[in-house]
Amino acid sequence: MSLIIADNIHKDYQVGDVVVHALQGVGFEIEPASFVSFVGPSGSGKTTLLNLIGCLDKPSAGTLTVADTDIARLDRKESAAFRGSHLGFIFQDFNLLPVLTVYENIEYPLLMVQNVPPAERKERIEKLLAAVGMADQQDKYPDQISGGQKQRVAIARALVTHPELVLADEPTANLDSQTAYAVINLMKRMRDELATTFIFSTHDQKIVGEAEVIFRLEDGSIVAKEMKGGASHE
Amino acid sequence: MNNLFKIAVRNLLRYKRRTLLTASLITIGVVFVLVFTSVTGSFKAMMIGQITDSMLGHLQIHRKGYVASIDNLPLNLNIKPRAYQKLTEALKAAPEIAAFSPRLKFGGMFSNFTETTNIRLNGVYPEREFQTVPLLTSRISEGKKTLSRGEIMIPTLLAKGLKVKLGDAVVVVATNVDGSVNGKQFVVSGILESATGPGGRDGYLHIEDAAEVLRMPEAEISEVAVRLKDFSRLPAAVRHLEGQLAGEVNKEGRPIFEVHSWEQLSPFFNIARMIDVMTFFIKIMLIAIVLISIMNVMIMAVYERIREIGTIAAIGTLPGKILSMFVIEGFCLGVLGAIIGDIIGSAIVLIINVIGIRFDFAQQKDLLLTTTLAPSDLLVISAIVIVVAVLASLQPAFKASRMEPIAALRHV
Repeated sequence: MSLIIADNIHKDYQVGDVVVHALQGVGFEIEPASFVSFVGPSGSGKTTLLNLIGCLDKPSAGTLTVADTDIARLDRKESAAFRGSHLGFIFQDFNLLPVLTVYENIEYPLLMVQNVPPAERKERIEKLLAAVGMADQQDKYPDQISGGQKQRVAIARALVTHPELVLADEPTANLDSQTAYAVINLMKRMRDELATTFIFSTHDQKIVGEAEVIFRLEDGSIVAKEMKGGASHE
Repeated sequence: MNNLFKIAVRNLLRYKRRTLLTASLITIGVVFVLVFTSVTGSFKAMMIGQITDSMLGHLQIHRKGYVASIDNLPLNLNIKPRAYQKLTEALKAAPEIAAFSPRLKFGGMFSNFTETTNIRLNGVYPEREFQTVPLLTSRISEGKKTLSRGEIMIPTLLAKGLKVKLGDAVVVVATNVDGSVNGKQFVVSGILESATGPGGRDGYLHIEDAAEVLRMPEAEISEVAVRLKDFSRLPAAVRHLEGQLAGEVNKEGRPIFEVHSWEQLSPFFNIARMIDVMTFFIKIMLIAIVLISIMNVMIMAVYERIREIGTIAAIGTLPGKILSMFVIEGFCLGVLGAIIGDIIGSAIVLIINVIGIRFDFAQQKDLLLTTTLAPSDLLVISAIVIVVAVLASLQPAFKASRMEPIAALRHV
């Protein structure tokens, strides 16, 4: 059973008097525990697609099913609850909460979204802190750590709830090459350990090179699907 | 909930200067209201105490219709001895009454044998009068603090005007209810300081002497001043006495007595009400200060943290929790301002008492204002500040909770 099924999705925006067709009849399926990348030039619809999959926006037409849920049917509160229980987010600018320490940032979704008991919370956080190599930095605040470290914390925060799907928008854009590879490797390792599906919207060839499935978008349509070790479908 | 408080407090500490400025503004408002409430409240309580405890009593009972003509001191509207007997029984049976004093009031001429002027006099049983209005003795600036038959206490303005001293012989001449005139000689035994309000410039003599001057075989009673055990229960006591005395009717079936609290008898009540109105408007100003400052700071907080709001919303934080986060921030600001304001306000009130503010009020000179701050005032003002702080946070917090995460994340 596919984790994500998109069927003929359209997304239109009204910009002044002009209607912008950001997505036009997009359809695809993504399997669990896969490493997927949406690539394409700016304005091709990558981020729009990621926002729809992330339940942050709704399609203008078509059906999008994520983890057996038609996301168009969810109201505001249900969308938030769905994101909290099924999805993880990694942002280009890390988006850590500045008033919380590294430990507390990772703890946030367990505490404020999922109400996980303290003992289990501690166990999960410590395990992830060790996995992302931030155990010795756990009491620092975001402004006391480097960009790479911030992104590692953001990955840990995205994974701590054991989501089925992690969505990452340009996760390596603000990182140097060495740090970017370290982050990519970390995500692959997490995918292997936790069977989490990672979906990227990126220009970064380092990620594209590591992705197992690549969807190429142009002008709001998927123009190609490439699979590692497999054929390219136009 | 603890975590929401933790995040709120850290966000407040994140913008220390702004938090400090807002809390200071609230603090200044709270201090101003507390000191104003304390000073005016103490002034009011003091003046009410002076009026009720040195002249009026807490309430008074008259024959029906007497108060409407009280300036004329109408002898034909006195309470007759038989009716007074019934009234005495009712008053003795009332558990809330500490003491009561019957008075025979009349107007007359006062002469030192060379000059004559008019005077208002109260015929009283001295012991009962002093029990009912205990501050009366403190108004006796010269002479003994008792009153025997044949003696008279006169107001200081009269004594000065007619150059009358203690021990001097004077004559009181009065017209009785039938229109005939009678006079009696008295010895001045006390000089009374004037007090503000009705009765503040009256003289006192023994009730039996008053009856003799007015040629009454048995003293009739113009008014009965009543002192309650608990002044705060005045309205209930008035209602109770009115109920008790409603059964006492004349031949026409109309009530014989009327009960009036000091508020209905003294013009100072209007000043007291004005003080209450001013206090109310000062509180409104405090509410406006808190409302504007908290709303301003919370609107800024929401605007500055749009991306953070987008992040926590994307992560799955429910709108209600986002709303709570900002409301708690406003709540904490309100609590901070209220606590500091309470501490500083209480300290200022204490300092005022240590310094000792003295003032004159009408004929009363050099009154010492002893300010007090009731715990209930602190609680009420703190509660107002905190509730208003929460209300002021609601709109920005609601806005934050309704923010679309996708739009918030795009915000630069």
